[in-house]
Amino acid sequence: MKNQQTLFYSKFIGSHDYQQPTTHESKLKTEMNIIPSQSIAPKVSINDLNFYYNGCQALKSINMNILERKITAFIGPSGCGKSTLLRTFNRMYQLYPSQEARGEIMMDGMNILDKKQDINMLRAKVGMVFQKPTPFPMSIFDNVAFGVKLYESLNRNELEERVEWALQKAALWEEVKDKLNQSGISLSGGQQQRLCIARTIAVKPEVVLLDEPTSALDPISTARIEDLIFTLKEDYTIVIVTHNMQQAARVSDYTAYMYLGELIEFSDTDTIFTKPKQKATEDYISGKFG
Amino acid sequence: MIPIYTRRRIVNAINLTFSILAMVFGLFWLFWILFTLFEKGLGGISIAIFTQMTPAPGSTGGLLNAIVGSLAMVTLATLIGTPVGIMAGTYLAEYGQRGWLAPVTRFINDILLSAPSIVIGLFVYTVYVAKMGHFSGWAGALALSLIVIPVVVRTTEDMLRLIPDSLREAAAALGAPQWKIVTLVTWRASRVGIMTGVLLAIARISGETAPLLFTALNNQFWNADMNQPMANLPVVIFQFAMSPYENWQELAWTGALLITLSVLGLNIAARFFLRKQALVN
Repeated sequence: MKNQQTLFYSKFIGSHDYQQPTTHESKLKTEMNIIPSQSIAPKVSINDLNFYYNGCQALKSINMNILERKITAFIGPSGCGKSTLLRTFNRMYQLYPSQEARGEIMMDGMNILDKKQDINMLRAKVGMVFQKPTPFPMSIFDNVAFGVKLYESLNRNELEERVEWALQKAALWEEVKDKLNQSGISLSGGQQQRLCIARTIAVKPEVVLLDEPTSALDPISTARIEDLIFTLKEDYTIVIVTHNMQQAARVSDYTAYMYLGELIEFSDTDTIFTKPKQKATEDYISGKFG
Repeated sequence: MIPIYTRRRIVNAINLTFSILAMVFGLFWLFWILFTLFEKGLGGISIAIFTQMTPAPGSTGGLLNAIVGSLAMVTLATLIGTPVGIMAGTYLAEYGQRGWLAPVTRFINDILLSAPSIVIGLFVYTVYVAKMGHFSGWAGALALSLIVIPVVVRTTEDMLRLIPDSLREAAAALGAPQWKIVTLVTWRASRVGIMTGVLLAIARISGETAPLLFTALNNQFWNADMNQPMANLPVVIFQFAMSPYENWQELAWTGALLITLSVLGLNIAARFFLRKQALVN
């Protein structure tokens, strides 16, 4: 693995004035990558994670820690594996028979990749918001209540309270409180995405995964969602995949730069954007590459 | 040498002419059929058609027993075929990702979809009518349901496949088990399309004669017992149209007009629903 990584670096940074790391140095670097500078117990701990599409390797020995109640951003060019990595946290890849993850993702002392892990319970604990808003073909109220009804048996009043709470958290309540019975599809794109966020937090998950949540939205809706993500940090551990480096810089506490299925650099966001240790990260951040 | 734009305009005009001619050729026969049906059938439509039984040669009567028999068997066939078809189509679209069962089922379903309906009639005759020793309404409904199933399987699968995976992922991401994703989200998102498939299946069986000829046969008298031979519009039309009696021939035209109008109505309804489904997605 070490050799493979060294080889890999030299291949894609070949044109720059770059000293090929020795085996010792590359090992050190990997270790530095795992744990961000602060020593807080991680919420999610990823150990030697490999991922395959139809036997084709898409993630190569990923090691990293996600800290509780922090926002961690994954950045990198298209196809670098950032969404793939995100989709292992709730085992979303399992919907597709040809996709396979190997390794360990520890969450609250359990390896969630273990066959014994109840996949639906995992997903109730790890919520996810997708790139395109995906309201269900039902009323706004039922959209938010959908996930709640799966795992809790609340009476009508409690359910109404929960729906209002989630919509307020998602900064959508004021806009929809008079039309909760209207179809979720009737909302605008930005409202639909906030509806999806409300739907996700209504279940009261511990981790919220955001897969390019604003890439289909206009700048104003994007700003609203970013504000929202920032406030959600108080209660949830958030992992966000984004194509937009400014977005990562604006909202995240930690940033991971990925390239071709490898975790190149992982550190607090300030370091990544001001003094990255890797030349590759710097090139991507500064727009020379990617 | 003709300038290139003139040439393109000429080629376009020729293509347009041939396309229109082809369309006119097709529509011409369709409208001729409709015109003939109205011309010969409209005169026969009266209260008696809906209140009296099929008559003996030379006497007056209506089509009540045939209309009721057709309605009963078509309804029953739809009630049998729709759930089976929807469940099987759902399996193909939502569950059959792995293994050999889904591809084999899909292949066999496609064969069944294009099987001549007389083969289905003969099949039910062999396994049911011959064993029971008599023709019956049950047998007719069974044969018709075997035609409904492949149509509904196919449209259900097609409509469910139109639902983007992102919707299934969104439901799965909330921790919904697969049966809830299917029943609460994907069925709901495609219900208009699936309904359209059912309507088209009903339209298809309303005019089927061959499967009923060997199963329900016919009955000149009023009969509400599904265990007895049952009158139905297609077979009545078949019999009466072939007969030498003028009043029977006239009734056959009227029956044909009734079937055509109801099939036309079903198709228009299906188109209406299909457009609504397109708007939803």
